[in-house]
Amino acid sequence: MSSQRARRSLLTAAFLSLGLALTACGSRVDDAGGGAAAESCVDTSGDSVKIGFLNSRSGTMAISENTVYDSLKMAADQINASGGVLGKQLSVVAEDGASEPTIFAEKATKLIQSDCVAAVFGGWTSSSRKAMLPVFESNDALLFYPVQYEGLESSKNIFYTGATTNQQIVPALDYLKEQGVTSLFLVGSDYVFPQTANKIIKAYAAANGIEIKGEEYAPLGHTDFSTIVAKVRDAGAGAVFNTLNGDSNVAFFKEYRNLGLTPQTMPVLSVSIAEEEVGGIGVDNIVGQPVAWNYYQTIDSPENKKFVEEFKTTYGATKVTSDPMEAAYTSLFLWKGMVEKANSFAVPDVQAAAGGVSFDAPEGKVTVNGDNHHIAKTALIGKIGPDGLIYTEWSSGAPIEPDPYLKTYPWAGSLSG
Amino acid sequence: MDILVTQVFNGLSVGSILLLAALGLALTFGQMGVINMAHGEFMMAGAYTAYVCQQVLGDAGLSLLVSLPVSFVVGGLLGVLLEVTLLRRMYHRPLDTLLVTWGVSLILQQLARDLFGTAGVDVPAPGWLSGPVEILGFSFPRSRLFILVLAIVAVVAVTLLLKLTPLGRRIRATVQNRQLAESAGISTRRTDMLTFFLGSGLAGVAGVALTLMGSISSNLGTSYIVDAFLVVIIGGIGQIKGAVIAAFVLGVAQSWIEYSTSASIAKVIVFALVVAFLQFRPQGIFQVRTRSLV
Repeated sequence: MSSQRARRSLLTAAFLSLGLALTACGSRVDDAGGGAAAESCVDTSGDSVKIGFLNSRSGTMAISENTVYDSLKMAADQINASGGVLGKQLSVVAEDGASEPTIFAEKATKLIQSDCVAAVFGGWTSSSRKAMLPVFESNDALLFYPVQYEGLESSKNIFYTGATTNQQIVPALDYLKEQGVTSLFLVGSDYVFPQTANKIIKAYAAANGIEIKGEEYAPLGHTDFSTIVAKVRDAGAGAVFNTLNGDSNVAFFKEYRNLGLTPQTMPVLSVSIAEEEVGGIGVDNIVGQPVAWNYYQTIDSPENKKFVEEFKTTYGATKVTSDPMEAAYTSLFLWKGMVEKANSFAVPDVQAAAGGVSFDAPEGKVTVNGDNHHIAKTALIGKIGPDGLIYTEWSSGAPIEPDPYLKTYPWAGSLSG
Repeated sequence: MDILVTQVFNGLSVGSILLLAALGLALTFGQMGVINMAHGEFMMAGAYTAYVCQQVLGDAGLSLLVSLPVSFVVGGLLGVLLEVTLLRRMYHRPLDTLLVTWGVSLILQQLARDLFGTAGVDVPAPGWLSGPVEILGFSFPRSRLFILVLAIVAVVAVTLLLKLTPLGRRIRATVQNRQLAESAGISTRRTDMLTFFLGSGLAGVAGVALTLMGSISSNLGTSYIVDAFLVVIIGGIGQIKGAVIAAFVLGVAQSWIEYSTSASIAKVIVFALVVAFLQFRPQGIFQVRTRSLV
């Protein structure tokens, strides 16, 4: 008994001194300037450097995030085959975020603090990004986030390689307006992205004389759309703006077709349906409907041909490529460009070098904005073809500068706060 | 008037889907007191069976009709397998069956992901089931009419089976008093197994119907299992007519409240009403009258 107590007090003493040592360490770092702690941990002495992939490999998001992991892996292999980054081979540490924001935060901490990776790539849902944000900011590390999202965020520790709202939703509205649509019905899942997107749509509509005929939200995983589609039909809007997510899209489009509604009578423009999802919805149920993204598998460019071909050879001929996969693939090459421009793996150097770094991505040329850490991308409206692929119907022509707070749009004054 | 007809029909349609999902559960949960969380995954198996049938047969109309009996057998066999290997060992331990069957449901979901991939698949509806049909000036989706008819046929078939066949008599006897049924010479083990086959087979049929409505993926079952239990509990355990009334009342209530509010609010209100109802009638709409002490 007494020996046990002695051991425990010894342990306490050890912990205490460890704590003291850490505090001492911390203050020393503070003296030396912020960021030194994270920098010292990354090992760049050998002929390889560690990077982290953090995607949901299990849980409900695995369906989507596995494909992002696949294209990240392919990008890393391509970079390694062509000599690595600054002559160092990339050694990938992969972690499973398990579709749980808290696990994303936990695994991000692990990748940064014990694996000492130079940068982390991944995340999908906004809640996973919001959970990881404080981790990356407090450790002064880097996250590359590859999915279109609701904007209104800009962290110096995150690079957003998917579209922000002015590169996807605003161009989609421009397209609908050009098509002569004068009234809209908004349908979305009940969570942050659709709610924010619809706020933006309503502000745009008010400034452009478009009437909002109705706004309906369905809980995530909602399976019966008979009532919502009946409301949509009875409202008689010129088009539907769809921000539903996941399986709900399947039930929605089946119901839509069953009630005899067509893309000709009332098109449904979707912002969360990519090549991957078309098969599950059923091509017959969605053919001819417009979608808004920045990349389609059918883009005719040498960069995209190479990307699609390589993906099919690696993962199977039946696989399709989609916007988030392309944005993830691109993110790794953008990081490589930043590191090479900075001639350093250190986070502050990479951040300083980031502005202006560009890459001839499968979607076209993209350029990093050094101020808000988003990238300039071309907006594309596509239509779903009978083969289940998406064909570009309308393009913004040139890359659109990212504006996550919509500061350059007068009608959005009330949104950015 | 237009809205009235549309919403009453939508309510009946939602109810018919709930009913198909809950009918099998009313048998297994009702007779054996087994909380079978894998019931939803038997529906998923039925839906994937419809997918496989279509891949093999090609023709959408033929494969839909073929997949109804095939899914019944696939669902039923899965149910028997579960009953014989696991559940038989844990009657009178309802909480254990809940955990075990939940585990089984996770295994089946992973199996579906490994076999059919993580992305959803599609079973195109045959031509004669897509689009709306005009009746008395109102347009109704053909697929929803089909499901309504299918649900009615299933209920009539199960009712006749329970009322008129020797198996039905054994099932009813076992529900009312297990010990007495046993002492009257009924093999309750065999009856249990057959009931489980029937109940799980109905889940398979429900799965085929769901391919007309929503997504076919590994999490199909989880979207319906809670609603199915809700129907069985409101209807009164072990009662088919209770389940029928409960399903249609829930469906119509959900559709009406959703029409005047929103989908999320409707769900909340319906659950609140259910809680209030069970406060006053914890035994559900109907109750099996029994002199059994357990």
